[in-house]
Amino acid sequence: MTDRRPVEAVVIGASAGGVEALLTIFSELKPGFRLPIIVVLHLPEERRSQLAEVFARRLPLTVREVRDKQPIVPGTVYFAGPGYHVSVEHDHSFSLSQEEPVHFSRPAIDYLFESAADVYQQRLAAILLTGANRDGARGLSVVKQLGGLTIVQDPDEAQAATMPQAALDLCQPDCVLPLHGIGRLLVELEHTECC
Amino acid sequence: MQRNTDIELRLLIEAIYLKYSYDFRDYSGASIKRRVNHALRQFDCSTISALQERILHDPTAFMQLLQYLTIPVSEMFRDPEHFLAIRQEVVPILKTYPSLKIWIAGCSTGEEVYSMAILLREEGLLDRTIIYATDINPRSLEKAKQGIFSLDNIRAYTHNYQKAGGQRSFADYYTAAYDYAIFDKSLRENVTFADHSLATDSVFSETNLISCRNVLIYFNKNLQNRAFGLFEESLCHRGFLMLGSKETLDFSDYSKQFSPVLKQERIYRKL
Repeated sequence: MTDRRPVEAVVIGASAGGVEALLTIFSELKPGFRLPIIVVLHLPEERRSQLAEVFARRLPLTVREVRDKQPIVPGTVYFAGPGYHVSVEHDHSFSLSQEEPVHFSRPAIDYLFESAADVYQQRLAAILLTGANRDGARGLSVVKQLGGLTIVQDPDEAQAATMPQAALDLCQPDCVLPLHGIGRLLVELEHTECC
Repeated sequence: MQRNTDIELRLLIEAIYLKYSYDFRDYSGASIKRRVNHALRQFDCSTISALQERILHDPTAFMQLLQYLTIPVSEMFRDPEHFLAIRQEVVPILKTYPSLKIWIAGCSTGEEVYSMAILLREEGLLDRTIIYATDINPRSLEKAKQGIFSLDNIRAYTHNYQKAGGQRSFADYYTAAYDYAIFDKSLRENVTFADHSLATDSVFSETNLISCRNVLIYFNKNLQNRAFGLFEESLCHRGFLMLGSKETLDFSDYSKQFSPVLKQERIYRKL
């Protein structure tokens, strides 16, 4: 990790099996973890999302549902709400959009990853987890092109292998890891930032 | 050092402004970039510069590009809880006014306009209301004026209408013909459709209620502030402002000029 620029933000994409996978990863995080983490987990559009509430009860960190023009602050986990794509803007705030769904999904992982890659470039870590469609693969390859750190859950371990496998088919990510390994890597990334 | 595509994008936006007076300079960057990239593929242009040359010399091509730059994604009674809240919490106050002026800003293809008109009719308010429905996209406005929507969507709209507290059969409001639902033209008798830009135009009337939903998400903070400024200027004392379900005044310069009536439903009143 020493040859890398410090990471400023983490983006995570997941679909089927994503809640359990995220809980496993986040179990490694301690209070005071400073990197902002932005999550797109595929959701049915109709319902109001309870994700932020569910994770707030289980995590030692601040958890929020993304709101339009909200500034991204350290030490916070953000979840994209249903029905809107989430992008990161150059002033490190969020913007939402109701453009057409991508891979039948709104929010789409590709939108978050591509816009965050554009803003943070080498200072971004992107993680793609379990899921039953191909959203996120293109976004992850853009993160890689712009010098960000790319991490994919080991498809053999994933509850649904399609999503991580699609990423492996499209680009060569920096790491392919099981969930606990991804959690520990996040902790390590934060420390890289301090050095 | 800026990347070529970022430079080209800025030049394109500037060219559009200088040539056609459409001002996208303060739109949210990520979304405009995505839509221009999408347009590149549709126009079969390999660079943004090539697209710029094309639209600068060909107004028809620009009108085509405008369709990609604006997002005509809308539905009737979108977020039914929002419309139910209007019925329950806002209408009783509106009924105390002898006449009403309502501004639907960024009305796109008209779904919000017809939803509002139906609600007002059922509450006995439509006859004494003037609705201004504005948008920057002339093709969207034309479609809104016609009030003809694809029958494919009517089932979802009917479901929304019922959840929004609709009092009749939704089919009372339209005639089905082939694959289309043609909405009752008496709904738009008091509607004025007009070209208006929140980025470049000013206030044109005093209003009692403004609905601007899922428009401001495409603006950056500067432009959002400009739009909120127009709304504040247009609204009468204690006038209502309605936003989309993920939009908020919280991060704007105008958070102190409005108070939430129903925060969850994004209904505010001018102080």
